This record gives sequence, structure tokens and C-alpha cells, in this order.
Amino acid sequence: MSPTGPNPNWFERWVLDFIPSTANALKDLLGHGPDWLAYILFALIGGFIVVNLPALLTPLFIWIERKVLARVQHRVGPNRVGPFGLLQGVADAVKLMTKEDLVPDSADKLVFNLAPLMAAIPVFLVFPVIPYSARATLADLNLGLLYIISITSVTEVAIFAAGWSSNNKYALFGAMRAVAMLISYEIPLALSLMGVVLIAGTMQLSVIVDTQRYMPMILLQPIGFIVFVTAVSAELNRTPFDLLEAESELTTGYHVEYSGMKWGVFMLAEYAAAFAYSLLIATLFFSGWKGPLLPGFVWLAIKVFFIWCVFIWIRGTFPRLRVDQVMAFSWKFLVPLSLMNVLVTAVEVNIQANQGWEFFPMWFAPINLVIAVVLIVIMSKLFKFEGQTRQVLPSRMGTIIPVTQAAERAASKAK
Amino acid sequence: MPIKTSPIIVNIGPHHPSTHGVFRMRVMFDGENIIDLEPVFGYLHRGTEKLAEERTYAQIITLTDRLDYLASMSNNLAYVVSVEKLLGVKAPERAMYIRVIMAELMRIASHLIGLGSFLNDLGALATPWMYMFREREKILDLCEMVCGARITYSYMRVGGVSMDLPPEFMGALRQFCDDFPHRIDEYEKLLRENEILISRTKGVAVLSAETAKNNSLSGPVLRASGVNWDLRKSDPYEIYDRLDFEVPIGQTGDTYDRFLVRLEELRQSLKIINQCVKDMPIGETRLKLPALIRPPKGDAYGHVEAPKGELGFYIVSDGTIAPYRLKIRAPSFINLTALREMTVGYKLADLIVVFGSIDVNMGEVDR
Repeated sequence: MSPTGPNPNWFERWVLDFIPSTANALKDLLGHGPDWLAYILFALIGGFIVVNLPALLTPLFIWIERKVLARVQHRVGPNRVGPFGLLQGVADAVKLMTKEDLVPDSADKLVFNLAPLMAAIPVFLVFPVIPYSARATLADLNLGLLYIISITSVTEVAIFAAGWSSNNKYALFGAMRAVAMLISYEIPLALSLMGVVLIAGTMQLSVIVDTQRYMPMILLQPIGFIVFVTAVSAELNRTPFDLLEAESELTTGYHVEYSGMKWGVFMLAEYAAAFAYSLLIATLFFSGWKGPLLPGFVWLAIKVFFIWCVFIWIRGTFPRLRVDQVMAFSWKFLVPLSLMNVLVTAVEVNIQANQGWEFFPMWFAPINLVIAVVLIVIMSKLFKFEGQTRQVLPSRMGTIIPVTQAAERAASKAK
Repeated sequence: MPIKTSPIIVNIGPHHPSTHGVFRMRVMFDGENIIDLEPVFGYLHRGTEKLAEERTYAQIITLTDRLDYLASMSNNLAYVVSVEKLLGVKAPERAMYIRVIMAELMRIASHLIGLGSFLNDLGALATPWMYMFREREKILDLCEMVCGARITYSYMRVGGVSMDLPPEFMGALRQFCDDFPHRIDEYEKLLRENEILISRTKGVAVLSAETAKNNSLSGPVLRASGVNWDLRKSDPYEIYDRLDFEVPIGQTGDTYDRFLVRLEELRQSLKIINQCVKDMPIGETRLKLPALIRPPKGDAYGHVEAPKGELGFYIVSDGTIAPYRLKIRAPSFINLTALREMTVGYKLADLIVVFGSIDVNMGEVDR
């Protein structure tokens, strides 16, 4: 099964021509070298494009956030560097690269230096599998979705490594929260996509896009969409789940000791992840690059922009949840909800298979919408947050020594 | 095998984005839970009380600006009221109205910052903060119109105010009073019923009326605990006994109540300003007093309801041009004394929010 539109437009034709013609050109260039050499070279070039294009587009993504967030907050936003402040990202990058790169004395140097890379690499590995237009995918894996889910969970290790190796108490708090929260949200993140996979019958992203040619998946999978977007905003550390960074509590948490471009790489990774997840949401729930008249990648860009605006909107309005509330929300609300979604979708897919229908029937959409509303209302009634109970003081812990006495003790010890 | 754990001590502050200045909390944590807390003060100590002993009575007004720099006019008022009590004089009628308008404008400005930074601490990023600053900006413009300064006004004088209101002031003030109720509605619509805000604040750090009284707290923090104590009602100064307003009282004394009390006080302050604008008489704005005031020997304690609580000045005079001793009862400092009782047993995130809900100003805490 291959995704092809009826009439490939100029971009698709160009992409279709690009792969063989480039490989042939390389083969000619190399003279009488072996075939595999040309294909490896081509893979390297393609990899270069797919890694660097997102890296270059991420500053634009950050610019959109800063501009839209500024509008939400009655500000102007960046407007000094370049037209409409568009080059602000470049200026920031130059500033970060020329800044002194501090490594704390007490840090675990190797892990400390490795953590930013560990955070950034998995994020960029997501971009090759996403279909940007018909056949415009660098690696159209048949297990694409599984690959994305597994590769993005590596970021958690990097965040924990950064927090732990910094040898800073705030960073440790951030790392602690990362381990607790990000792993909890991996489960609803993966479960919410099961419905999509069941309906499409595959994990290949290009085929998932193709199954949405009559109806975007959001209409068939309202619960899946809500759970996925919530889990994604937790994975991206955005409000109301920005516990790891929690500016007002942890002064940016796990990367508090990072400066210069290492900090910049963390930020780049975070926004590249936001970009990747926005692409993924557009691909999985909003029929990806499909759309009338305009070429596929333009449609994808429009959808990504609107999804990103929703994320910015959420960030601009919501306060932050506390750590126990965040965990309870995942385990008591999102996980049961997404499990029920899997059940409902499985029943529907079974009906489709038994009846021998070729396509997933559209009239399941209103049914699913009703089920979603009913389930969410029932769940929110069941999952009522009771007021916080105060933890009783454990007596074995003892109490704090006042700062004056601590100073006296230190002085007497020095004597 | 149980994993061996040990509590850690974290220094939150002196420079931390949520300590509203330079305040330090040594907190002992068991995971995220607070076991013990010790506040450490004094990073912004400027020796205001000692400096006042070397200044004339008029010069001290400039020192009071630097206490709670978000509500300088209220500080001016508290000091001026105390000196007038010492002298046994009363300011002219019109001056009193101007002072009340200014003090209430300051209450609005201070509460706006208090609410904004409280919501910022809650993690609502900068949106409510920027909205509240937009309104505060208008108040600062009004103050600039009156005395030329935007933060350190030094507008009030012993026996009146430094100058009469400029002609364009009343129109601008009316404009502000017409706009502001809609803004308060906007804040309420944005956040009052927000599920996350309620779950973060309701039932958190409940301060019982008894604890609040025992710690001699004052201001919105005390009133949120259900104690009806507002100096504007219980010991009226200036013209507050002629004005019609209500004092919002909380029911449970949790963080959410402190938030609601401040929101309601914005409305009540506006009500007071509207009445003052309506009733303002024409006349003198300043008593004729000598440039170097020499109060008779003796002492006096004057207090006003500043935005953060009871702000009092205890002045001891030995008959010279400078006070023998000046003691400032700073509400922020005393409100902080209940911090440990309020936060121990809760989590790190709650500590930040509770500290924000007390709404302290470090300029006043350290003096």
C-alpha cells in the first residue's frame, strides 16, 4: 500500500524525481563505484537536510511563540532584530555561542557535558519518519509510531542525567520530578495512540495519513486526541505541567547550572521536540499533509501553526499543577480514559471487520464524540480532587538548626 | 531492603525569583515535603530607624518612601499621621480627602502587584502579572500627575500634602474609576473559577484565626482568617469614619481566601475613591507649620491600614528637630512570622504559593 495522490503536484514530482536522480548523479560523480556507496552518500545528504532543516526552523518556532505569547500578555514581543524581530533567534544563538561555558567544579563532568547532546539527538531522530508530503519521507518505517514513542522517551534519561550531574539541589528536584512525571506520562501518551493504530491497522505514518483522506482522525478519536495533547504538553514541560522547569519554584530546575550553548542546546531540543510533536499531532489527527489545492507541505505547515498556537494559548493562561496532582491526573484520569478509548475503538474495529466494510465508517464519529463527552464527565465526577492533607511531621527527621547556631558550631569546630 | 534516605536542606533565596526581593528561607525537605523552615532576614537592611534619628521630621518622609516601595503614599500617610498626633494638629479637610484617595490608589496598586506575583508564583507565567501591571501603570501615571514621581512620592507633609491636585487630575481619576471595575471582572473571569487555581489553593496552608491573632498578623492575611480587624473601621483615622465601605472577611483562612479578600478589597477601595471624589471640599491643603518642626517632649504611636496590614510609627521626641527614636511596625515583617506554621508539612510548590499569598515587600521587612 503506497500513499499516492491522484495528480502529484510539482513538489511531489520533484521529490519523486529527487531520490533516484540524486542517487544516479552521485553514481556518475563517483565514476564506477559500487551502488551502495551512492546510496550511503545520499542517505547522509538526506540526513543532513532532515536534521538541519528542523534545527533552522526551530528559531522560527520560538519566534512564533514569543510573538503570540506577547500578544496574549499585552506586550509587543521581539521587534528589534530584523523585520518583526524575525532574526531574534539568530541574535540569541550568537549570544549563547559567545557566552562563557561554565561547568561547576562539583559536577560530574562527563555526564554534565553529555546530557545536552543526549537530550537533543533523540528529538532530531523523529523528523526523518514524518511524512511532509506525498512520499516526502526520508525513512518511511513500517513501525514509525512505535519508533517515535520509543526514541522520544530517551530524553527523560538526558534530563535526569543533567539534573543529577549538576550536583545542585534545585537541579536534583527537577531531575526527581522528571523521573516521576515524564515516565508516568509516557503511558497515556502511548495508549492514546492505540486507537489511531487500531483504526489505521498499521504504525506506518504515511499509511495513517492515507487512511485519513476522507475524515481526519480527530473526529474518530476525540478521547485519543485530548489525552495525547495533554500527555504531549507534559512531555514538553509546558504549563500546566512545567514542573521540571518551574521557574517560580526551582528557578528552571534541571538545567539551572547550564550556561552558554549547552543551555541553548537544551532549549533547542525542547522547542524541536515541540515542533516534532506538533508535526505528529497534525499527522495523526489532522490528516497530515492532505488538503485541497495547496501542496502538501503548505497544508502541514498551516496545521502545525494552529496546533502550536493552541499550545501557546494554554501556556499563556493556565497556572501550574503541583507534583502530586500531576501524577494523580495521569494515573487516575488519563490512563483509565485512554484504556477505555482502546476498548471502544477495538469494538468498533471489530464491527467493521465482521461486516466486511472496506473503510472505517464515518457514522462512528458522532458516536465516539458522545462517548467521549459522557466518559469525561463521569470521570471528572469520579476523580474529584479532595483538599490536600497535611503530611504529619516525621519525628525521626529532626528540625533545622538555626543559621546563627550553625555558624557558631562551624566557628567552634574551626578552633 | 529499604533505601536509606536523608533530608536535605535547601536555601531558597536570597536571590530566587519567587522571594520577592532578597529573602532567604532555609528549608529542610524530605523529598518534596517540608519538614522544617527557618526564615533568614536582613539582606536589605538599610538602617532606616537609625537614619531617622539624624534627620529632621520633614526629611524622614523621604525615608518612609523606601519602606514598602509599592505603596509609598501609604507609608507617607502613616508617618505623617503619627507626627500630627505627636504635635496635636489635624490636616485641613481637603488634604485629608486627597490623602485618602492616594492611600486607596496605593492599596489598589499594591494589591495588583500582590495578586500578580501570587499568580506568577502559581505558575500562570506572566499573563495575569502583565494585566495587573497595565492597571498599576495608570495609577502611577495619576501619581506622577500629582507629584511628579512614580515610585518614591514624598507627597504628604506634616499638616497636609505638598501641593494641591493639578486641574487635570480629577478627570483622569474619574476615567480610571470608570474603567477599573471591568478590569476586575476580567481578572475574575480569567482565574477565579480556574480549576487548577482552586485545587492549588483551596485548603492549602489554612491559618486559623487564633494563630493569626497570636502572631499579631494584620491586613488581608488576618482578615482572610475570619478576623474582622481593619484599622479604617476599628480605629478610624483621617476621614474614614465618614465613608461607606465594607471589609471583606475570609471564611477558612486558606490561600484561596487570601486571594479572594485581595480581589474584593480592590472593589472596596474603588468605592472609597468614588465617594471621596464626590465629596471633596475646596480649600487649603496644608497647615502653616515651621520648616523645622520641634514637637513637644513625649511619644506618640500612629498607625494606618496599609495595603499589607497595620503600618505603625512610634515616635519619641526629645523636643529637638529630630526624633529621639523612631520605631516602625512593618506589617510585612510581622506577617512573615507565621510562615513556618503555615507551610511545614506541605510541599515545595505550596511554600512558594503561600509565601506569595502573604504578599510581603522586602523593603519593609528589612527596613
